[in-house]
Amino acid sequence: MCTYVTETLLVTGSAKGATGWIRVTDATVYYDHPVHAMADHTLNIDLRRPVDGVAARLGIELTADSARSLARTILAVLAAAEAGEPDTGIEAGP
Amino acid sequence: MYDATLAETVRFPGTDGDLLEAYAARPLDPASRGGVVVIHHLPGYDRETKEFVRRFATMGYNAVCPNLYTRIAPGASHDDAAAAARAQGGVPDDQVVGDVAGAAAYLRALSNSNGKVGVIGHCSGGRHAFLMSTTLPLDAAVVCYGGLIVGETPPQMPSMVPLVDRTSQVQMPILGLFGNDDQFPTPDQVDVLEKALTEAGKDHEFHRYDGAGHAFFSVDRPAYRVEAAIDGWQRISAFFTTHLAG
Repeated sequence: MCTYVTETLLVTGSAKGATGWIRVTDATVYYDHPVHAMADHTLNIDLRRPVDGVAARLGIELTADSARSLARTILAVLAAAEAGEPDTGIEAGP
Repeated sequence: MYDATLAETVRFPGTDGDLLEAYAARPLDPASRGGVVVIHHLPGYDRETKEFVRRFATMGYNAVCPNLYTRIAPGASHDDAAAAARAQGGVPDDQVVGDVAGAAAYLRALSNSNGKVGVIGHCSGGRHAFLMSTTLPLDAAVVCYGGLIVGETPPQMPSMVPLVDRTSQVQMPILGLFGNDDQFPTPDQVDVLEKALTEAGKDHEFHRYDGAGHAFFSVDRPAYRVEAAIDGWQRISAFFTTHLAG
């Protein structure tokens, strides 16, 4: 250690971890030593469902370059999808 | 020479009497000897930290590492426990102090204890080892690249306050081992700490290694630097021989 740089946020979705599929509610993003990746420090993401215990978690460890590349790709994919499927803000009728 | 050792999971009370899981290793030779508390890093109570504990036993010390995440994630794998601890902003300093005090009491109660106890920590554990040097009646502290002894509290982890302003409270000799390529702490921050200890007249010995960064003792990481690690272990051995003998 350590950078201690840690951010937490609420998320909605699912992830597949060691215990199977998890409906995740929380995410932790930090830059620190990895458990497994071959780098001194990595961008780490934990997708978690704390109400189901600490093992309800999907852990990701990426090199800084990989993390930036992934982040750019996520934003690009979202932008492309939203351009093709514009959100009108109008709720479907009954 | 009889060199058998025993390594096992043990339990003892820590802060507030909470029963802690801990990993202990000790020589079976009944001759009187000192003890070493190993403080694990923020990534957890992991296999490599337990190897440190066993190594101290082979060096002739009773050693123990309390699982600082016992309360947060009892029985969990070390990486899940560390993730949960991080999401909570780490563990409070006061709680760590009480847990290490419990570990020291466990060591002193062993039948072959000479009553002396040292502490060592790496990374965040290095910061904790410095914290112990200012708070607990121990005999020696080894700080391996402890971050945030000097610096600013990260907004996400308010419990991680800098400690350098407590240098006047240091009550035991300190051995500091640092890599000159480290950014956590930076060489400048190590300078600040060394200057503070010198100005306060505190017994300390710092060694700083070129070509080594953070976590150079970690044999399972790319950060491992064999020359720095070998020299560092020799320094640790000599330091504890001086301060824990008897």
